[in-house]
Amino acid sequence: MTDASHTALSTGAAIHDGDAVRVAVNDGTTSIAAGREASAGPETPSGRRRLVDRRWFRIAGGAIIPLLLLGTWQWVSTSGLVPLSQLPSPEMVWLAAVDLAERGLLGLYVAISTQRVFIGFAFGGAIGLALGAIVGLSRLADVLLAPTLGAIRAVPSLAWIPLLILWFGIAEDSKVILIAIGAFFPVYTIVSASLRHVDRQLIEAGRAFGLHGVALFATVQLPAVVPSVLSALRLALAQSWLFLVAAELIASSMGLGFLLNDSGQNGRIDRIFLAIILLAVLGKLTDSVVALVERWAVRRWA
Amino acid sequence: MSATSATARETSGSAAAVPVSFRGVGRAFDTAGGTRQVLRDIDLEVQSGEIVAILGPSGCGKSTLLRIAGGLDRATEGGVSVDGTPVTSYDPRSAVGFQEPRLLPWRTVAGNVALGLPRGTSKAVGREKVARLIELVGLAEFAGHRPREISGGMAQRTSLARALARNPGVLLLDEPFGALDALTRLKMQDLLLDIHAAAPTTVLLVTHDVDEALQLADRVILLGSDGETPGADIRQVVVVPGARPRDRGSAELAELRGRLLDGLGIDRHGVARGIESTTTIPHYPF
Repeated sequence: MTDASHTALSTGAAIHDGDAVRVAVNDGTTSIAAGREASAGPETPSGRRRLVDRRWFRIAGGAIIPLLLLGTWQWVSTSGLVPLSQLPSPEMVWLAAVDLAERGLLGLYVAISTQRVFIGFAFGGAIGLALGAIVGLSRLADVLLAPTLGAIRAVPSLAWIPLLILWFGIAEDSKVILIAIGAFFPVYTIVSASLRHVDRQLIEAGRAFGLHGVALFATVQLPAVVPSVLSALRLALAQSWLFLVAAELIASSMGLGFLLNDSGQNGRIDRIFLAIILLAVLGKLTDSVVALVERWAVRRWA
Repeated sequence: MSATSATARETSGSAAAVPVSFRGVGRAFDTAGGTRQVLRDIDLEVQSGEIVAILGPSGCGKSTLLRIAGGLDRATEGGVSVDGTPVTSYDPRSAVGFQEPRLLPWRTVAGNVALGLPRGTSKAVGREKVARLIELVGLAEFAGHRPREISGGMAQRTSLARALARNPGVLLLDEPFGALDALTRLKMQDLLLDIHAAAPTTVLLVTHDVDEALQLADRVILLGSDGETPGADIRQVVVVPGARPRDRGSAELAELRGRLLDGLGIDRHGVARGIESTTTIPHYPF
């Protein structure tokens, strides 16, 4: 039975008699449930999910390659194939971490780097959202602002550093501003583009029902772009970590970028490995949090 | 059917049908090579509570005419007035049903119907009215579903309920059943007639389906071009006889259908074959 035919049935039923309504409606419910299963894709007709869709397998499967890498690393470094000055053993990296933690530096570095990322990301993301909305909604703003912002975006991130240091010194401000610049552009670009591409038919329907200005924005345009805003924020967060290291490599006295730079100058390859691993873990963790929000938003708004 | 009519009457409440008049309406679009005239010299008076079907070949400007009446497009010549006042932009007295349901995918069926409520409707009144309209279009069980979870016909009924939530004086329907399968379309036509019988608002219905026009309309307006002057104007106005609901198989309607198909430039085949048969096929006694 096709969707259309039971629609017809239930229309008629609703008009003519009660019993048929029940039949038609039940029918509708089951076929919709079936439709959902089909659209969910991975679910097989019997209701059993395929292995790659099971939660435990996704977690365990994602850990396989890191564990293999760790094993290979351990084996290569202990077998003497590569000198320890080039490739420290996992144990050395762990000891470096314990050593830094005992001096109270590890927590401090992680905290200060995370703080810089979050503040820069918050400012850059917020300004990106605002300007992206203005440029995406107003043709005039698009004409006036888009070329300039496009040119600023074309400047490589490292080119800002000398200027920011001259203007804002080597304190927190210059670093946070650099990170904000990094977070700004993905949000600005994606938000303005997706606002411009909201389904015209939906906007027209909104207009036909008397919505305009702020009400139209809040009712139609904003909900329509929520999923893309979240993927923009996710991208911006990744950019923020990238720009953090750029900022901290140049002029800083603490943070993970400083740890990298300092260890490079002192030949502490174990700490270089530690800093890289910490950046990977922190970046992945923060990304996963935003990804969870994104998944919720896609379910809710798309 | 009577139960539905009662509901519709309660639901519509304050809706008062209003007349619509088109005076010398023309519309030209700017194109790369100049302008292209789509509509010209449309003069039409639609009475309060009348159902007028606008029929014509595709691309003749039927939808444009409807959009002008709803304030979604502007005439380049002449103008449309609703209840005596000219339509300039979006008009709160009219409600539009599009060919596509155009539902907001993040809202439930009930939420989408609520979009049609006039500004300033209080929450309690609005909720009650939405519930009644959803009941009226037979979707009570699906009020909490999202548009992607219901069929095309249900989505189109939601869209109709949303338009009715306006309490429209004029209901503008742009091929509202065009994308539905044949059977669902017939059911939807009956539903529209029930709603109209209970609360006779003025209806302007654009369609490409001759049978639909004959089944629903008091008058059928045939748009078309004379082949010489650019732009389409009114070629024929057909007053459809008989009270609704009409017998879908009636001979009188079949005759009108033939005339309208002729007007649309479709060969009806029937007449020619009939004449042939009398001359070539031997009849009793042989």
